[in-house]
Amino acid sequence: METIIDIQHLSKSFGTHEVLKDINFSVKKGEVVCVIGSSGSGKSTLLRCINLLETPSGGEIIYNGKNILGNRQNLNTYRTHLGMVFQQFNLFNNCDVLNNCILGQVKVLKRSKDEAKDVAMKYLKVVGMDRYLNARPGQLSGGQKQRVAIARALSMQPDALLFDEPTSALDPEMVGEVLKVMKELAQSGLTMIVVTHEMEFAREVSDRIVFMDKGVIVEDGTPDEVFNNPKHERTKAFLQRALK
Amino acid sequence: MSLEWFINIITNNWPMFLRGAWMTLVISTIGTIIGALIGLIIGVINTIPKGNGGAKKWTLRTINAILTVYVEFFRGTPMIVQAMVVYYGSDLLFGIDMNRTFAAILIVSINTGAYMAEIVRGGIISIEQGQFEAARAIGMNHWQTMVHVVLPQVLRNILPATGNQYVMNIKDTSVLNVIGVTELFFQTKSIAGNNFRYFESFFVACIIYLVMTIIVTQILRFFERKLTGDANYQMLDDAALIRGPEQTK
Ligand SMILES: Nc1ncnc2c1ncn2[C@@H]1O[C@H](COP(=O)(O)OP(=O)(O)OP(=O)(O)O)[C@@H](O)[C@H]1O
Ligand SMILES: [Mg+2]
Repeated sequence: METIIDIQHLSKSFGTHEVLKDINFSVKKGEVVCVIGSSGSGKSTLLRCINLLETPSGGEIIYNGKNILGNRQNLNTYRTHLGMVFQQFNLFNNCDVLNNCILGQVKVLKRSKDEAKDVAMKYLKVVGMDRYLNARPGQLSGGQKQRVAIARALSMQPDALLFDEPTSALDPEMVGEVLKVMKELAQSGLTMIVVTHEMEFAREVSDRIVFMDKGVIVEDGTPDEVFNNPKHERTKAFLQRALK
Repeated sequence: MSLEWFINIITNNWPMFLRGAWMTLVISTIGTIIGALIGLIIGVINTIPKGNGGAKKWTLRTINAILTVYVEFFRGTPMIVQAMVVYYGSDLLFGIDMNRTFAAILIVSINTGAYMAEIVRGGIISIEQGQFEAARAIGMNHWQTMVHVVLPQVLRNILPATGNQYVMNIKDTSVLNVIGVTELFFQTKSIAGNNFRYFESFFVACIIYLVMTIIVTQILRFFERKLTGDANYQMLDDAALIRGPEQTK
């Protein structure tokens, strides 16, 4: 299958603090990859390096056969091909639900307003928020906000969607509705990289699990391999804590 | 002092009071608007990411330094002194005989701009980092992020401070009488100089200032409420969903 993103020898330091060390991994079209690991292991930093919200210190990110870090001209275009869903939702506070899903399409992709509206409606329906077009972010629950954020990212029709702990800021009763949407997206063939602490979700939905510890990828395999037959002590120790 | 005198002063001098009040309003309104624009532009320039090295960084640094000098100078000196320096200085140094009204608007604008620059900078800094990141994540550049996401929120946030600045300007334009601008204070001084009824004349001016500031405050409150938007949203019913979003507004 076609590789969408190929990451080679990626490293990232904040000052003298080396947060990512020699990261190598790639994502194929339609794959769902869950990234797990303890707090501070560098999961968010990896995700943010992939769509260049952080500038990597070294290595290559190969997208469509080209090293994105080599040529810094088209960073904004590159970002439109990767959607991002944040832990804190980050919906545009000055826009209602519909406009949150339209703004990027019109201003960045230069779609017409009508076309953008149709696309937005389609994805708001997917996440079950098509009845809330006029609502402002402040008027929605956390779960609703996160579903709108997913629709906003989908409206850009990216090649892959990155999720950074999308349910960690939610009250327990709202986690389910967001995971349900994500499950449906995974089954529909969307390429997804998901940083999560939801082990059950990771095991059930992903094609691959990446376990990170202290800035390195310790284990990378199918859910069965990683969860049932972890090769490394660190993975075992983490899973024991996470699955107890 | 008697009520009669108040009535006399008003009936005899109302055109002068009115012209003075009008001049005050014109100067402070235009000055506040231009000042707010100056503040917005400076605020945006000051928050452009510096990047890592190169010509862009040094250009931005230089511009920032110049803007800092401007802001500190006009915030750190009294407007009455600025008025004298600008008005007489432009004549002495550049041989420009400035129109007094133009000079007044210029001084109020650059003075307001200095204050608003700080207010806008504070407004931009107070926007959560997540808003910038979400905009960047969908591919917006700095300019698009500012115009479509950040500034609309900043405008809402700085409106009360801008209104405050407007009210201050209405009052502070009175110092411009030192360069002979025919605003309300100047007119009142002329009126009192003729009738020697200083208390009564200035008391009338007092009331006019108060009325102007109260009205302006109320108008700004109205805009604040407008920008905040409806307290509740309308959920679409099945019929609206079938019609599509266009017809629901
Ligand atoms: N902007 C930054 N400046 C300095 N250090 C940072 C910055 N961002 C992250 N770090 C550090 O990098 C390390 C990895 O952080 P990161 O947020 O990627 O961890 P994480 O695996 O996502 O953790 P969590 O599960 O808590 O979200 C941490 O030690 C953190 O302190
Ligand atoms: Mg994190």
